[in-house]
Amino acid sequence: MEFLVASAIGILTAGGIYLLLRLRTFPVILGISLLTYAVNVFLFASGRLTIGASPILIKGVETYTDPLPQALVLTAIVISFGMTAVIVMIALGAFLGSNDDHVDDQPEDDAPRAEDAT
Amino acid sequence: MSLFLIVALPFIGALLPGLMNSAGRTACASVTFTVTLAALVGLLTNLPSVLAGEVVMARIDWIPSLGLNFTLMLDGLGFFFAALILGIGLLIIAYARGYLARRDNMGEFFTYLLLFQGAMVGIVLSDNILLLLVFWELTSLSSFLLIGYWKHLPEGRQGARMALTVTGMGGLAMIAGMLILGQIVGSYDLSVILENREMIQDSPLYVPALLLILLGCFTKSAQFPFHFWLPHAMAAPTPVSAYLHSATMVKAGIFLMARMWPVLSGTPEWFVIVTTAGLLTMTLGAVIALFKHDLKALLAFSTVSHLGLITMLLGTGTAFGAMAAIFHILNHATFKAALFMSAGIIDHEAHTRDIRRLGGLRHLMPVTFVIATVAALSMAGIPLLNGFLSKEMMLEEATHTVLFNAPWLVPGLATFASLFSAAYSFRLITHVFLGKIRDDYPAKPHDPGAGLWLPPAILVVPVIVIGIAPFLAEPLVKLVTYDVLGGAAEVPKAYFKIWHGLVPALFMSIIAVFGGLILLMAYRPALRIWDGAPRPEAKEIFEAIIAAAVAFARQVILSVHNGSFSRYSAIAAVTILALGYHAWTTGTLGAATRDMQPTSPVAIAGWVMLVAATGGLVFLHRNRLLALILIGIVGLMVSVGFVFFSAPDLAMTQFTVEVVTIILLLLALNFLPKTTPIESTVLLRVRDAAVAIAGGLAAMALSWHYLLRDTIAPSISEFHLANSYKGGGGTNVVNVILVDFRGFDTYGEIIVLGIAALLIYALTETLLSGPVRARLLNRVPTEPVAGNMHPMMMVVLTRVIMPVVLMVGFYIFFRGHNEPGGGFIAGLIVSIAVVMQYMASGFSWASARLRYPYHGVIGAGVLVAGLTGIGSWFVSKPFLTTDFTYVRIPPFNEFELATALLFDLGVFLSVVGAVMLSLESFSRLARTAYTKDSEYPMDIDPSREDDPPEGAPAKEGV
Repeated sequence: MEFLVASAIGILTAGGIYLLLRLRTFPVILGISLLTYAVNVFLFASGRLTIGASPILIKGVETYTDPLPQALVLTAIVISFGMTAVIVMIALGAFLGSNDDHVDDQPEDDAPRAEDAT
Repeated sequence: MSLFLIVALPFIGALLPGLMNSAGRTACASVTFTVTLAALVGLLTNLPSVLAGEVVMARIDWIPSLGLNFTLMLDGLGFFFAALILGIGLLIIAYARGYLARRDNMGEFFTYLLLFQGAMVGIVLSDNILLLLVFWELTSLSSFLLIGYWKHLPEGRQGARMALTVTGMGGLAMIAGMLILGQIVGSYDLSVILENREMIQDSPLYVPALLLILLGCFTKSAQFPFHFWLPHAMAAPTPVSAYLHSATMVKAGIFLMARMWPVLSGTPEWFVIVTTAGLLTMTLGAVIALFKHDLKALLAFSTVSHLGLITMLLGTGTAFGAMAAIFHILNHATFKAALFMSAGIIDHEAHTRDIRRLGGLRHLMPVTFVIATVAALSMAGIPLLNGFLSKEMMLEEATHTVLFNAPWLVPGLATFASLFSAAYSFRLITHVFLGKIRDDYPAKPHDPGAGLWLPPAILVVPVIVIGIAPFLAEPLVKLVTYDVLGGAAEVPKAYFKIWHGLVPALFMSIIAVFGGLILLMAYRPALRIWDGAPRPEAKEIFEAIIAAAVAFARQVILSVHNGSFSRYSAIAAVTILALGYHAWTTGTLGAATRDMQPTSPVAIAGWVMLVAATGGLVFLHRNRLLALILIGIVGLMVSVGFVFFSAPDLAMTQFTVEVVTIILLLLALNFLPKTTPIESTVLLRVRDAAVAIAGGLAAMALSWHYLLRDTIAPSISEFHLANSYKGGGGTNVVNVILVDFRGFDTYGEIIVLGIAALLIYALTETLLSGPVRARLLNRVPTEPVAGNMHPMMMVVLTRVIMPVVLMVGFYIFFRGHNEPGGGFIAGLIVSIAVVMQYMASGFSWASARLRYPYHGVIGAGVLVAGLTGIGSWFVSKPFLTTDFTYVRIPPFNEFELATALLFDLGVFLSVVGAVMLSLESFSRLARTAYTKDSEYPMDIDPSREDDPPEGAPAKEGV
């Protein structure tokens, strides 16, 4: 079971990094989302994988899963939504402003900047 | 008066001139004057204790763990400087009232002046060296504001920048030096440091500390080779020059050398560095001053020269030298401030400070002539004036000082510098006031009103009184000297008198004065030689250094920061991998402490789906709509995984977040291109894949090893499980952690979420008010639009389902404390319910029925959560302490009421507001793109039937 989770984290990370290195905004956003899943699952798993022992206190039950990583990941999920929304907005604004959704500065953009610097 | 109040008064008072600005210039100056006077009177109330030899202390612990305490100390030295700062400050304020023109913003000027004054008083009264550093930097900043006060003058701005760069860098060096000093002694209190002379001087860190502190002192007090900023700072209004650059700020470095004298001086390093720097500065400054034609530049270089003189005296390390230094600080402050003010008067009345354009002013400005002449003669070292006395003491000290084994060097150079000093003083008198009246002054010079000439006149009084009756100044100077020496040496017995007999110093004085006269007579040929001689221009060197630094910084930054996001990501990924690899190879791996758990077919099926969706996403990401579906599957499988591994709260959150994220991305995709073109070369893609696979393997290895081992330290989770019900009153431990144990965290997180939503709103507003608006309005949809804008089935269904979803939301919310659920999840569910209305019935329809703006909902949420937290203060508990009770209303079962529920309500509102504001902002972009959608949601779009779908500018709801 541990191997499944660890390999899932690895695959999510690999996919995330690959998409993060793409040149357009949309795949980069998808890549960041994949990385977010990977990080959240990793944090969650740091508590130890437990099946059938929810952190809901019931009289007579002694074993529970670790609740702390769950609480941390819960807020992380919500915050990551907020952050994704901001990035998407920035990407959208950049595209609408320049009709170009490259994440890298394009050569023609560099020319006026160099003039400003002098 | 308490020392705290003396330091605080100028700072508090700095608020007043701005307020009084509209009440008139005189009111503005009066209030500044009153504040300074109050501080001075407060200082004087401490005079009896200082005279009795006591050290007045005041202490408040600030950050004791860092050794940073707000400790003030008033001894003779501090009193002397504070009195100079406040006393001359009074005269400067009165003078500035007359000097500044009507168009100058007087409130601004006096605010800066008071800030500066407070910082200076803070320096001289600080007992804690860290506190002293804070004030020290404050003087750099406030003097920057004062030098650049005339913002419209480029010289003013350049001078201010240069002064800030030089003194600020010195200040940084000094911080390091002071920290070393504090480390050596183990305390940052001056009173403790001053008692540990041996410990400091024996330490191997003494030399670095000394060098760094001296760097700070030399830059501040314009010692060679940092002297060049002072003349450029003369672009400031003359009151600033008179105050900062003659009497106070430039003396801060000297003050610190005097303050640290007992522990730092007396070593060969101190002697060589300080005396040499002082001697060079004194000589260079005097020579350059003679050939300056700008009256203020002449005075600036003469100030540099006199500061060098004082530094040299402190450098000798003898008690007599220290006493002479203190005496000269007093004398220099009086005659130089008077001279600066006179220069300001001349500038003000004749509209020029160029000595070549002046002359013959003694008939036109007799009062100014008398004041300036007395002060200049004192500067030249003429008997019966105070400058003579301290200069004699300096020359006397010089005859006993041997530098670099050359007995003639110090006396020779001292006499040489005095000669030039006499020459430029005489030049100032002759070339400005004597000679024939000219008829080509830029303005008709005449004596100004008393407001301008009275302040320098008052300063000239002590010049004469001390000059004639030196014994009057003797007790004060000896008292201060006693505190400078700090018990490291005896106060010299020498009496202050005009006639010491035929001592060498007298002959040196005579040589200097007559030599100066002769040099002045030969001024024209001397000037020709000076002008012909090549010499380095400090300003150009400074600018070249700055330009080189900028070029270097630009090169470094641009080589890694070239605007390519992919490159940054790649650098970051590879760096993290390299660091991880380093940790992996150098660290040790403990044995596995956990057993592998058996896997199940269900788990494997989920894993396969997750992997397939991720793989598909990577390979098919160019089709963006497909990618969106695939990432939805990935999110769904992660949610399922959470359910599988006993995390129902997480699963619900992930699932609902997934829904809103996909809606959000769909809204964005409406505008973005629908496919990603192939741009990178195969090689590049292989490289990226290599980095990605390496990163994936690393993450997998890390997780794998992590999952098989217990944590080193016991987890704090047990505490949460044990106390969730007892302390928090809830059985859903995750929710209790969120709203109770770590409520402050959650509070911060909902604020972040709210800010993110507001940011999105602000970006949308910016886009819609800029050129993008036109582009959006002219945009033609790339995809064929749906004929039925609001499908009736969907409209009906969403409206019917709305109350049900809301009820589910509230149910989830209320049960959250004990069962899976809570504010976050309920907030997301309710948001989805509202979003459905937007989707089905259109933006206008939904907006028209919106009663509260989403910003308000976010604000209300944060407010509710915050007020719940504050509520616990009323029962004397820390912020966000929860309380709960169980109540029973007859027909129902017993249920729990907790303040945490209120807090969760805040979370709920914030989440709803933030999610809805984000989505609404995106929709607003879309709405602008097309024609207005209908107020009636269930209509049929007639354009669909008239025109074929391709390229038709049709309506669409969102």
